[in-house]
Amino acid sequence: MGEFVVHRVRFFDYMPSAIRAMAFNGSTQRLAVARGDGAVEIFNFADNYFQEKVIPGRSDRAIEALCWVRGRLFSAGLSGEIIEYDLEKLRPRYSVEAYGGPIWTISSNSQETLLGVGCEDGTVKMFEILEERIQFQRNLDRQKGRIISLSWHPSGAQIAAGMIDMIRIFDAETGKSTLKRSSQNRTAPKTHVVVWSVAFLSNDTVISGDSAGKVQIWDAVTGTLIRNHLITKWDVLGLAVSQDESSVIAGTSEGTVVQFQALASTMGQENNQWVRTRTFKNHTHDVRALVHTDTAVVSGGMDTQLVVRPLLDKVEKNTQESALRKILFPHKSLVCCARKAGLLLFQFPDHLELWRLGESRQAGDRLPVMKNPEKLIQLQNKGEDHICCSAVSPCGSWVAFSTVSSVRLYKLQLSNGNISIKKMLLRAFSAFLSFPGSSQPIHLLSASENGNWLAAANTDGQIHVFNLHKLKVSSYLFLHCTLPVYSSCPTAIAIHPTTGHLLSAHADQQIFEFSLKLKEYTAWSRSLQREGLHPLWLQRDTPITHIAFNRNKPAHVFLHDAFMFCIIDQSLPLPQARKKLYNQMDLKTISPQKRMQESHAFKICKMFQHLLSIHLLDDSSLVVVERPLADIVSQLPPPVRQKKFAT
Amino acid sequence: MVEHGDVRVVHKGGSKINFREPALSTDSRFLLCASGESVKVFSTATEECLHALQGHTDLITGVLLRPSNHLQAYSCSLDGTVRLWDFTDGILIRWAKSNRVNIWCCFIYVWTVHLHVCACTELFQLVAVHLPQCGEQLVEAKELSAVLSNISSNPAASAFGREGQYIVSAKPLQLEVYFFKKHKSYSFFLKKDNQKGGKNTFTCITCHPTEDCIASGHEDGKIRLWRNFNHRKEYTYSTLHWHHSAVSSLRFTPEGTNLLSGGVESVLVQWRYNQESQRDFLPRLGGAITHISVSPDGALFCTSHSDNKITIIQSCVKVSAVIQGLVKGDRIRTDLMIEPRSKALVLNGKPGHLQFYSLQRDKLLYNLDIVQQEYIHESGLEQFEVVMAAFDASGSWLATVEERKQKAPELELNLKLWAFDDQKQSFVLNTTISAPHEGRITALCFPHVSDGQTTMLVSTSRDGHFKAWQLAAPAHTEDEGPSWSCDFLGAYHSLVPECCCFSADSSLLAVGFQEVVTVWTPASWELLTTLSQPPGAVRDLCFGRLSCSKYLLGATTSRLLCCWNLLTCSLEWVTSMDVSLLLADPLSENMAAFCFEAGSTDLFVFKPGEPRPLFSHKALCSGRVTHAVFVPREVMLESCDEASQWLNCSHLYFLTQSMDLLTFITKAEEDKLTASSKQLVVSDDVAMTPFHLLLGKHRDQLENPQGSNVSLPQLLQMPAHVLPSASFLCSMFVQSLLISVNKPSEQNKEKEEEMESEKEEEDSDGEMESRISRPEHMPSGESGCAAPALTKEEVRELRRLKKLDHSWMKGLLD
Repeated sequence: MGEFVVHRVRFFDYMPSAIRAMAFNGSTQRLAVARGDGAVEIFNFADNYFQEKVIPGRSDRAIEALCWVRGRLFSAGLSGEIIEYDLEKLRPRYSVEAYGGPIWTISSNSQETLLGVGCEDGTVKMFEILEERIQFQRNLDRQKGRIISLSWHPSGAQIAAGMIDMIRIFDAETGKSTLKRSSQNRTAPKTHVVVWSVAFLSNDTVISGDSAGKVQIWDAVTGTLIRNHLITKWDVLGLAVSQDESSVIAGTSEGTVVQFQALASTMGQENNQWVRTRTFKNHTHDVRALVHTDTAVVSGGMDTQLVVRPLLDKVEKNTQESALRKILFPHKSLVCCARKAGLLLFQFPDHLELWRLGESRQAGDRLPVMKNPEKLIQLQNKGEDHICCSAVSPCGSWVAFSTVSSVRLYKLQLSNGNISIKKMLLRAFSAFLSFPGSSQPIHLLSASENGNWLAAANTDGQIHVFNLHKLKVSSYLFLHCTLPVYSSCPTAIAIHPTTGHLLSAHADQQIFEFSLKLKEYTAWSRSLQREGLHPLWLQRDTPITHIAFNRNKPAHVFLHDAFMFCIIDQSLPLPQARKKLYNQMDLKTISPQKRMQESHAFKICKMFQHLLSIHLLDDSSLVVVERPLADIVSQLPPPVRQKKFAT
Repeated sequence: MVEHGDVRVVHKGGSKINFREPALSTDSRFLLCASGESVKVFSTATEECLHALQGHTDLITGVLLRPSNHLQAYSCSLDGTVRLWDFTDGILIRWAKSNRVNIWCCFIYVWTVHLHVCACTELFQLVAVHLPQCGEQLVEAKELSAVLSNISSNPAASAFGREGQYIVSAKPLQLEVYFFKKHKSYSFFLKKDNQKGGKNTFTCITCHPTEDCIASGHEDGKIRLWRNFNHRKEYTYSTLHWHHSAVSSLRFTPEGTNLLSGGVESVLVQWRYNQESQRDFLPRLGGAITHISVSPDGALFCTSHSDNKITIIQSCVKVSAVIQGLVKGDRIRTDLMIEPRSKALVLNGKPGHLQFYSLQRDKLLYNLDIVQQEYIHESGLEQFEVVMAAFDASGSWLATVEERKQKAPELELNLKLWAFDDQKQSFVLNTTISAPHEGRITALCFPHVSDGQTTMLVSTSRDGHFKAWQLAAPAHTEDEGPSWSCDFLGAYHSLVPECCCFSADSSLLAVGFQEVVTVWTPASWELLTTLSQPPGAVRDLCFGRLSCSKYLLGATTSRLLCCWNLLTCSLEWVTSMDVSLLLADPLSENMAAFCFEAGSTDLFVFKPGEPRPLFSHKALCSGRVTHAVFVPREVMLESCDEASQWLNCSHLYFLTQSMDLLTFITKAEEDKLTASSKQLVVSDDVAMTPFHLLLGKHRDQLENPQGSNVSLPQLLQMPAHVLPSASFLCSMFVQSLLISVNKPSEQNKEKEEEMESEKEEEDSDGEMESRISRPEHMPSGESGCAAPALTKEEVRELRRLKKLDHSWMKGLLD
């Protein structure tokens, strides 16, 4: 595998944003996650929880709620607008002002004809969902105090609203309030109780979670409290109901998720009772958003992690599906490297940072830094829109980034300490990429080192290769070839600088190598498919986000995900599925003779954790960008205080 | 245990009352608990033992109320029988015997017309025993069907579910639910350890009485509530956590509204079912909770504790009664002793205390605080322990040794001498000698003085000396009483003395210095002779009694038992046995030697002068016996059977390694006991309330064939619509109440007179009595009193005078 001088970079101050809302679309298996900075991420649960799409946020957009309607995604927030997103162009399609002050909640009925929003001024507004847009229909009876949460009865005839100190049930037809339940705090009547979340079940049961730490179960017909579960000393922030209404989960400020199940108290009878069963503790901070899928509990909150906790009674044990998943980092690279100049470009939502790497001259295991890394430029984005993507040229003299509305290009001149930057004007796009038969957005681009080829992948799994050579001649991108569509979405693509093979890694951890010359899969790729990848490789739960090559050793391919870094030596035999997949640390401990026997193509190094990016510089040194979790946690606000036994 | 001739080893007195979960009667008035070979019935109000249900011939392993009759209870025992008792009167109703199994614990449930007893056998199988419904007292249980095999030996780890539909059994990490109707079982597994290092091992199980919910307690203090367990995958549980170490017992209240749990913390926790965040605590119950039981009406809870105590609690608020058995700590340092005055058994009790336990009444008398320091309940702390105690022959002096060992060189020792105070009827501290020796004290011995006044104590120590302590009048003529001081310090070739013993007449003191036995005269402290049987140090010394007082017996570490004749100063005989304890019966020549042989202990009872042992019992119990005592009988037995003759004067009690107090019982004695228990007559009245006294007597008269009024019960039994009008009946009813006065029969009158006199003798002037005697004051009318010329009043007057006269005379005579 060889030895490298490694730049271990820990100065990328990447800070993910807190999760505010989530919505799950069961028919397409897509989860929409809204972050605190207004960004919306779409995860495909059918494809290894891959983060397919990211709609960048805006600094003035605060999303409070998300809602799927037949594959259309709506959001509402404190700006008072309802936004529908264009999931193909990855930007808001339109926004509708609700004229009710900040919107706290949005919910569609199960017939998916009406959208109810709860506003600050105490109105529940009904919007009709039309083919292309939504239209205001009417207001329900106006109440005193804001509407915090809404839930439709599955029949669509009634809607329950959680407010401050009370829960109201409206008739959706007439708009009249039919029932009012006070859920005031009896022990401390002075303090207000906020009903953070309500759920209306088909058997006329309303479940509420409130700021007094209680999950209460009400009879919606008579308005009586059936059961009261005190689950935390702090707030119950979210509730989610399973599809078959047999299970409810509640997220609390303590970071716990508590499951309630409707169980028959005696066997074979129908007298179901809501019983508190499991408690999951996967978060350190508030759990703001919850989703109950058929097989798992998905939770997210202040600590920025998305946690998928499978319910073991619904999945097969000891399978990949039954493992707990934590999604910490975006599934795309935020770091770009100028490999000739030794520069790193870090992408933040509202600015870019360009750093020069430090230097060291000594040899040895640990190299002291002689010259500290240096921040050259901080490029602030103008306007409200956040940056979608960015790049720096290998020579380090060009920097480009884009927002939803514009693309900017800058020319850099670095001459012994003086830095000058010049904004270049871009002509209107001279060439358009278009994928025949698909309207999905392109999420990966990779050009070959010699500038001849451009590979592009979209979220439908299509990979097209274009000939850039001919771009100079005509202003039309010539499509060179199309790869066979694989069912799983590609997560990283790269073209080999010498052999001209296209390597693609997919969300289900498969790797393909495609010869651009012969327009077919290479022999190595075929043998890899024939023998199959090692089970341990397939069980990894983060996708490969970057592929790089070593010019000096053409057989070596560099891959990495968040927890490991791997060099595939295509000249060595593939690992056997039955054998142990030794990583490099383990290999060092066994005898040299055995090491020879055990050596295989996949050389895995787990020395670096929470990897954001790995790049190979032209002087054959590696740049490893890490973001230790402890640094992220230290930037979070302190969690709620909890008494621990024996402390 | 092995039957041995007609002498049997039994649990009798001082047995564990916390061995199994006690049962509370339906009306919460009685507590039934397994105690050795009998079931004891305690009153929950007064803490007194009402009676013991005797009949089992081995350790009782389970007591349960009969669900169909709340006045009956089942008990099962290691002797393979299940017995049905009427526990209010202590009558054995029926018993079933099975030759095949030893019943380890017992669960009872009725789920068909027949009664089934589920019993767990020695192979840890759960079998259903079909008890045939027939009139005979002894039935043979033939139909045994195994329900579950390989269950836990802990009875708390198995339980019946709602209405007996299923049975739940927990193995270390597995929960098994067996449904009787479907004949289907489900198993649920837990991981050995969870990530946080908690241990998930099951410790106890209980089922909700009305809902399908199983509560399980775990080693790490968690309680899990299992639901939906009739699904292989969709089962679910919720976790409650308050206990910091293992949960040892769980119980639901009869309505299922609360769950009770207890553990080492000695706190009873009450969880609201379905609102588990609300819980109540009853702390400071003292001693780890081992069992919890709840009365069927839910009014009383009772908790068994590891220190052999049962606490009765009123609805989780208040401790209403404490039943204390013989306190058994984890180990006993002192010997077993008999206090000569009360004949109570004395040994270590609570930490730092000596307990006085009456074996005759099977009751703890009191605890004597020896250390007189607060005991801190924390592991790893070195605190003062009572390690040795001795009584003098008359019981007027008690010597105790307490020690605290922090490190080996810093041993702290206190020798305390306690005098019996007649006024306080207790021992009062007389002298405290701190650091009486430089090393650990190995033996403590008072001489046997017959005339009453003991003035000497001998102690031997590892520092190589033995000391004689003398009770001396105070040197200064102050108003202090006499106190103890050192009189003589003896040593022999700087050897370490291990044991000492006074001869029966106290004229000789034998001190064993390793291999050498030295014999001293206490009068002049002169070394008379030395006896030796090398190799092997002398471990135990004992003088013969009565006719054998010329013999001195010694047990050595080289597995020899030697007998020296002190008249000839020569070895009389020697035999090879590994004696762990040598004891002399104070009332006879007999000596008992407990020998350790191949992992178990054998007992030999012999006279030093005779070659053949009087009695021998092989494999008495497993492990070494290091504590035993001869307890003098109150009434001598007159058994002429050779093998049981040695038990005529005294009982022999011994303590096994598992802290069971066992004794020997002869066949004759046993027969007498069972006979007495069977003589009990059925009486339908239980309580002597004033109301009962009034009505019961009245009923006697009603039941009298000569009493004319038979109509009253008939009247009460008649349907209302065929009766005449109430106004008519009322006068008749009142009439019927007055009838006893109008027509007393001759017998009746006599009876009444007797009762009356009894009342007077008791000299009580309660209102109740006066009311009862009211009929007497009424004129007897034309009752056929032909012979006596005196009226009733006159007779009574005369009797009273007579009594007065007598007492006065008695006073004069005295």
